[in-house]
Amino acid sequence: MIAEAIKTKSPSRSYTSTRNACKLCAPFGACIVFRGISGCIPLIHGSQGCSTYIRRYGISHFREPIDIASSNFTESTAIFGGRDNLELALSNVTRQYKPEAIGVTSTCLSETIGENVPMYIAQYEKDRSEREKNGGSKEPALFYASTPSYRGTHMDGFHEAIYSVVSKLAGTSVASENVEEPKHLNLISGFVSSEDLRELHKILSSFEMPYTLLPDYSESLDGGSWEEYQKLPKGGTPLESIRRMSSAVGTITLGESIPREHDASAWLESNFGVKAARVPMPIGIENTDAFFSQLTEFTGRPISQKWMDVRGRLIDAYIDGHKYCFGKKAIVYGEEDFVLAICSFLSELGIEPVLVATGAVSDSFKSRILSILKKNRSEPLVMDDADFVTMLEKAKDLSPDFVMGSSKGFYLAKNLEIPLIRCGFPIHDRMGGHRILHLGYRGTLNLFDLVCNTLMQIKQSSSKIGYTYI
Amino acid sequence: MIEILDERKRQVFENGKDSYNIACGKASTAGSVSQRACVFCGSRVVLYPIADALHLVHGPIGCAAYTWDIRGSLSSGSELYRLSFSTDLRENEVIYGGEKKLYASLVELIDQYAPKAAFVYSTCIVGLIGDDVDAVCARVSREKGIPVLPVFSEGFKGTKKDGYRAACEAVFKLVGRDNTTPVSPFSINILGDFNLAGEIWIIKEYYRKMGIEVTSCITGDGRVDEIGRAHKAKLNVVQCSGSMSYLAKMMKETYGIPFIRVSYFGIEDMSSALYDVANFFDNKEIIEKTQKVVLEEVSTLLPQLESFRRDLEGKKAAIYVGGSFKAFSLVKALRHLGIQTVVVGSQTGTQEDYNYLKEITEEGTIICDDTNPLELSKFILEKGADLLIGGVKERPIAYKMGIAFCDHNHERKEALAGFEGMLNFSREVHSSIMSPVWKYSPARIKHAGGAE
Repeated sequence: MIAEAIKTKSPSRSYTSTRNACKLCAPFGACIVFRGISGCIPLIHGSQGCSTYIRRYGISHFREPIDIASSNFTESTAIFGGRDNLELALSNVTRQYKPEAIGVTSTCLSETIGENVPMYIAQYEKDRSEREKNGGSKEPALFYASTPSYRGTHMDGFHEAIYSVVSKLAGTSVASENVEEPKHLNLISGFVSSEDLRELHKILSSFEMPYTLLPDYSESLDGGSWEEYQKLPKGGTPLESIRRMSSAVGTITLGESIPREHDASAWLESNFGVKAARVPMPIGIENTDAFFSQLTEFTGRPISQKWMDVRGRLIDAYIDGHKYCFGKKAIVYGEEDFVLAICSFLSELGIEPVLVATGAVSDSFKSRILSILKKNRSEPLVMDDADFVTMLEKAKDLSPDFVMGSSKGFYLAKNLEIPLIRCGFPIHDRMGGHRILHLGYRGTLNLFDLVCNTLMQIKQSSSKIGYTYI
Repeated sequence: MIEILDERKRQVFENGKDSYNIACGKASTAGSVSQRACVFCGSRVVLYPIADALHLVHGPIGCAAYTWDIRGSLSSGSELYRLSFSTDLRENEVIYGGEKKLYASLVELIDQYAPKAAFVYSTCIVGLIGDDVDAVCARVSREKGIPVLPVFSEGFKGTKKDGYRAACEAVFKLVGRDNTTPVSPFSINILGDFNLAGEIWIIKEYYRKMGIEVTSCITGDGRVDEIGRAHKAKLNVVQCSGSMSYLAKMMKETYGIPFIRVSYFGIEDMSSALYDVANFFDNKEIIEKTQKVVLEEVSTLLPQLESFRRDLEGKKAAIYVGGSFKAFSLVKALRHLGIQTVVVGSQTGTQEDYNYLKEITEEGTIICDDTNPLELSKFILEKGADLLIGGVKERPIAYKMGIAFCDHNHERKEALAGFEGMLNFSREVHSSIMSPVWKYSPARIKHAGGAE
C-alpha cells in the first residue's frame, strides 16, 4: 500500500494545491454505475454530506431525481465504527425503496477508520438469509465498491463499481446450468451520456445477438415525465443479465485506461474464459471502425448497411467541412478515455490539440496522447493530475481557437475569450448535457457539426461583412 | 405506497390533527435519503461570500469539487472567493499526515493571490489522520502576516448547524481588528445575508435611504477589513438566524452589540426589517425616512402583484427549505399571491420554529422536519400542491410530478429578497405555475385532470 501511495504525486504537477479541480471523488462514479443497474439504489457509507453533494452534482447534469442513501456517520460512529449504522441503513433503505439491489460505496472517512465493510455485508447477508428461510421476504442483492475518496478519481469509482457488480453476480444464474443459452455478448461502457447508451443499444441490436450493456442509465438517468412517483426510476441493466455475463462470447470494454484490478472484463476472462477486448471510446471514424470490427469479430455478423451509410455521410461531412477545421488549435480536458477519443477525432480533421489534460494521475496518458497526435506540427502540452487554473496559466501562450469539454471549462474559455464546445460530463449550465451524443458514427457526426459550426461562427462573426453564405 | 420510517414518524405533523411535539434537531436516520448536507457544508456556505479571503478545503478532492462555484453570491470586487482550492489529499497524506501539504499549499496560494485572510476548512478525515491544523494556520499567519483561520468543519461532527457555529467562530476572529475607521452613530451590521443574485445590494440601498450606515456585511459581498470594524456598529441585524445567531450572540457578549432577527422576504417581513432598525435608533428623521421608503416601495409593488394574484389565487404550495425562518416568510409571501401553503418543512428547524409554523398555517397543513424525496412526493400528491419551493435537490421531485418549482436555495440566480425580490419571486412563481407545459404532464393529467 505504501509503495503504491508514493506514486500518487505525478511528476507533471507543478503546484501543490488543486485549483478548480478537473475531477471528482471516487464515490461519485460508483453511484452513477449503481443507478445504471435495474432497481439499484446507491448507499454511501460515510457522512450525510457525501450523498447530498453527489446527488446535487448529478442532478444538475442529468436533471433527474438521483436518490442516494447514506449511513450517516456521527462522531460516535467515527470512533466506534459504522457497522450498526450500515445495517440500519440497509434495512431502512430496503423497507422504504424495496430495491432489487443496494450498491454500497465507502468514503474517505469509512476507509480511514478501517471499516471492514465486506465483512459487515457478508454477516448481514448471512443473518438475513436466516430470516428469509424463516419466511421473510426476498431481500435485495448487495454490492460493495471500495471507493476511498483520496485515491484516484470518479472514474476509479466507476470502474470499481462495475467490477464489484460483475464479480458478485456473474456466474450465479440458476437458469444457466440447465438451459442452452443463445450466444450473447457483454459491453461495458465507460462514463458516457444517457444518449450514448441509447446509441449503443441501437448499435448492439443491429448485430442481432442478445447482449448485456453495463451500466445502463439510458433510462434511469434520462426518463420521461411520470404518471406516478417512481421510488427508483425504471431502467438499468437487469440483474439476471449481469448474472449471465459469465457465459458470453466476449466482453467489449470501451476505454483503455481501466486499471487491471478494477477491470471486470479481465475478471470474466480469467474466471470464466470470456474473451476480453478493450477498444478506445468510439469517437471519430477510426475508433468507431475499431469498435464495429470488434463487434463483428465477437458476433460473427457483418456491419449493417445502415451504419455504413452513416459512416459514408460522416466522411462526406468531414470533406465538406475540412477547410474550416484544418490547422485549428484546441484545448481538450476531462476523463482520460474521453480525452483520448476526442483527440483522436480532432486529429482526423487536422485540428491540433495544443493542450490536453486530465485530472487523473496517469503514467501512460502522455505517451498515448502523443502517439495519437503524432501528426501535430508542434508537440502538444499534455498534463495529467491537472486542474483548471493550471490549464489556464499554460494555455495563455498557446493561442487556442476553442476549448472542448465539460461545462467546468467555462472560466477557462471565458478568460481566453474563445468558445467552449460543451461535451462530456458535467454540463451544468445548459440543457440536455445527458442527451449529447458522442459515440459511434452518428455521435461523431454530431460532434463534427458542433466543432465545425463553432469554427464557422467564429469566421462569420469576426468578419466585418458577416457573410450569410459560408 | 410510500411509508414513513418508524424513526421519522414524529418528525411529520399534520396541523389540526396531530397533537404531539414535532421531533427535530436529530441526526438524520441512517438509510433515509435526507436532503441535508454536513458540517462542512454549513461552514462552507456561510463563509464562502467573503470575497477577498482565500478559502482552502483541506481534504480529498470531493468536498472542494462539489462546492466549486456552487453559490449565487455576488461580489462587487474581488473574485478570489469563487476559486475552489483544495489540498487534494492522497493516500500518501492519509498515511503520513497532511500538514506539510497544507503548509505548502497555504504559502503558495497566499503568495500568488495575496488574500486579506485565509480560511482552512477541515473535512472528515483531517482529525482522523492527526493533522494539527491549528498549528499550521498559526505558523502561516505569523509568516505571512494575515489571519489564517482554521474552520473545524469535519463532516460527521454534527449537522449543518454545527458547521454554522464553526464558521461563526472563525469569522468572529476577524471582528475587532480595526479600531481606527470612524463609524456612524446610526450604523448596523447585516448578518446572514449572502448576497445571492445581488440581494444585499437591494437591502443596503433601503438602509442607505433611511440614513443608516451598513458597517459590514457578514458575509454577503463580505470583505475582511470591513468585518474587522463590525464591532463598532450599534446593532446587528440578523437574517438567516439559524446560521448567524451564534455570531450575533458572541458579538453581544464581547462587544455589547444588541441584535434583532429579521427576514428580507415578503412584504410584511421586509417592512419589519426596516422598521425594527428605525425603531431601535428611535430617531425621528430615520423613522420618517423609513416610512417613506416602505410607502414608496409597497405602493409600487402591490399593484404589480395584483395581476399575478389574479392568476394564482387558490393555488397550493409545498415549501421545503434549509432554515425555518425562510419558511415563515414564504408562507406569508405566498398568501399575498393567494397561494395557500399545504406542506412546509425545513432541514434544521427547532421546536419553537415548528410551533410557529403551526400557528401561521392552516388546518391540514403537513409540517415536516428533515424530510426526504419519497415523503415529499407523497405529501405533494396527498395535498394536491401546485408548486414546490426548495433547492436543486428538490427540483426533479416537483418536475417529475408535474408541478411548478421555485428555487429559493443558495444557488439561485434571481434576487428574491427585498420588495424588488418579492416582485421577482411572484414573477418566478407565476411563470412556473402558469406555464402551458404542465398540461402534457402524465401525473398532472392523472391526478388533477389536466392543468386547468
